[in-house]
Amino acid sequence: MPALSPTMTEGKLARWLKAIGEQVRAGDVIAEIETDKATMEVEAVDEGRLEQILVPEGTEGVAVNTPIAVLANGDAKNVATKSAPAAAKAEARPAAPAHTAAPANEVVAPEQDNAPGKPITVREALRDAMAAELERDGTVFLMGEEVAQYQGAYKISQGLLDRFGPKRIIDMPITEHGFAGMAVGAAMNGLRPIVEFMTFNFAMQAIDQIINSAAKTRYMSGGQMGCPIVFRGPNGAASRVAAQHSQDYASWYAHVPGLKVIAPYSAADAKGLLRAAIRDPNPVIFLENEILYGHTFPCPDDADFILPIGRAKIERAGRHVTIVSYSIGVGTALAAADVLAGQGVEAEVINLRTLRPLDIGTVVESVKRTSRLVTVEEGWPYAGIGAEVAMQVIEQAFDWLDAPPVRVAGADVPLPYAANLEKLALPQAVWVVEAVRKMV
Amino acid sequence: MARAKTNKAARPDVGAFGTAAAPALPRDKLLHAWRQMLLIRRFEEKAGQLYGMGLIGGFCHLYIGQEAVVVGVQLALSDGDEVITSYRDHGHMLATGMDPRGVMAELTGRATGYSRGKGGSMHMFSLEKKFFGGHGIVGAQVSIGTGLAFSNLYRANDRVCVTYLGEGASNQGQVFESFNLAALLKLPCIYVIENNRYGMGTSVDRASASRDLSQNGAPWRIPGVQVDGMDVAAVHAAAQTAVAYCRAGNGPYLMEMKTYRYRGHSMSDPAKYRTREEVQSMREHHDPIDHARAALLAAGVAEDELKRMEAETRAIVQDAADAAQSAPEPDPAELWTDVLAESAPP
Repeated sequence: MPALSPTMTEGKLARWLKAIGEQVRAGDVIAEIETDKATMEVEAVDEGRLEQILVPEGTEGVAVNTPIAVLANGDAKNVATKSAPAAAKAEARPAAPAHTAAPANEVVAPEQDNAPGKPITVREALRDAMAAELERDGTVFLMGEEVAQYQGAYKISQGLLDRFGPKRIIDMPITEHGFAGMAVGAAMNGLRPIVEFMTFNFAMQAIDQIINSAAKTRYMSGGQMGCPIVFRGPNGAASRVAAQHSQDYASWYAHVPGLKVIAPYSAADAKGLLRAAIRDPNPVIFLENEILYGHTFPCPDDADFILPIGRAKIERAGRHVTIVSYSIGVGTALAAADVLAGQGVEAEVINLRTLRPLDIGTVVESVKRTSRLVTVEEGWPYAGIGAEVAMQVIEQAFDWLDAPPVRVAGADVPLPYAANLEKLALPQAVWVVEAVRKMV
Repeated sequence: MARAKTNKAARPDVGAFGTAAAPALPRDKLLHAWRQMLLIRRFEEKAGQLYGMGLIGGFCHLYIGQEAVVVGVQLALSDGDEVITSYRDHGHMLATGMDPRGVMAELTGRATGYSRGKGGSMHMFSLEKKFFGGHGIVGAQVSIGTGLAFSNLYRANDRVCVTYLGEGASNQGQVFESFNLAALLKLPCIYVIENNRYGMGTSVDRASASRDLSQNGAPWRIPGVQVDGMDVAAVHAAAQTAVAYCRAGNGPYLMEMKTYRYRGHSMSDPAKYRTREEVQSMREHHDPIDHARAALLAAGVAEDELKRMEAETRAIVQDAADAAQSAPEPDPAELWTDVLAESAPP
């Protein structure tokens, strides 16, 4: 099984295009494989007779590097042209889904996201949220590159075109600046666009419209104009796509009055908060994470499930240190908390969920119990979310702190391509453990 | 359309402004247009005066000289059609029927202004009059206007959106992105390039390699016409064609208005880029208001009647200026309001 995308760890063998006994030349398409992003064709790298098919059509969850067929000379061939790059990051995140099974003593705000539900992926949660709101409100529509016929560059909008038609699921040309501005105009005239950026890296082309037009016009009009719009898409590092395609924009957008900024971690976060974002009368930046798309979490399946914007969630209760994070960093924090628990340190992990408005109250109350603060973020430390959280805690709970707050953040460099360097640049659970060990 | 050029039609020479006879505008319409243009002219002169007195601050871009463009286009629109423009917007607000008092109060930063004193010259809006701003970033209003047109298509109503831009903005990337989107989706959007020859101090010849801006939509097969923007009747005639084309669902339409601004780009303009004689020549020979006034007299309107209306217009403007100066500044508490809309509880 070849790795056909930077984040692929397994795939589905959708179809064999060659039968047993057929002659195969190098370059022939022999099978179709469905990845986390798309359906792709697999070409043979050697020639020979297709002797044996090891993985039949329709098999799901085939791990990268699993042999799928044998060619005539008798060697088991992995037809991949490269081996899986995903292995490197497996270490920090193997048990992420399990973390949502909350400890019994958890003190959580009265939310329903721990209610019985079924396990779904973040990808499915996002799609379900959009489908529910498209169903509910005829002024809601989805636009972006490859959202319709292609079924979503990351398959988030899979099936929506069939269900809601081309009037409401609209493919856009690669013109982020123009179509973001067009969406802002539609929102100012009373529609509720969901703008999908293929990734937030490309939203930099459109950032003038997001900030100068979407965020500021209500204020500049004395409250007369509105802009109910959601800008969503994957944010932050994916895997091995280097600096231009790997940036966390959380602090950029969180800096701006007039915007709301959400960064979900789990499937419940994604579903509940995206629904709230679509209903919100303000421009909302919804920062997803490509690596989390394929992760499975329990998620309430109640048709009315929705979460409030601006409320953090205590993912795990503890009394020795408060670890604050958002998006994929929550998984890192929870993995660190597991390790710390084995060392007798009880860490409280707070998932911010919303970055603007910030639920600093939940963080401050936690710090008053634990007296220690560590922030975890994938973005750069300079003027980052951790800096803001730490400063507000210092302003509001200085006398409760027993140690200076510590930031765990991405390295202050453009993200490198090489696997080892990339790993060194992104926060790992062990960094969080070390930070905590130094202060308790 | 005697003086307009389309993609397919032969092109009469409109470069010299107002040399050919304009298509006749009915007397009552011409009178209305003249009064509207006069209101804008007097309003802008007053704004310039108040700026000089320190009562208006920041950027202030006057529309003097270009009045025929917005007045002629507005005459061709119907209730519910949207209008959006850049920062040289006072004329557009008055033409869409916004209250001169509210506009002047905003210019002076008062609580009674259209944006409660938080927007200023470049940022005013009226949902009631379908005026969507007032945008300070050159070219940004073009994408937004394209979105207003998109919302009309989405709702399947028959409204059109008029999106104004200067010839300086016409070189912006997002303008061409918008042309592509509008043509691709067949949006009812009329793009009006107000070519007043200078983007700040850079003449159009030094900024644009395109010598005929009406053809800037040609790659997307957007019909384009050049119009004498100093002649309100010519503007009106061209706009009627454009509106009919868009309302019928044919997609976007482009008009280049050949016009001229008498004043500087903003109030702080050194005016080193053109001669005094050039400006003077335009004022003397091509002034849209003088032109309309002469046509009204020729059509038999009594001069006394026109003088009475001129006095009325001065009074409206003076009243707006007085009201603006006596209105209170925004309450300090206004600093914190209108950042976000109240969210309904989920």
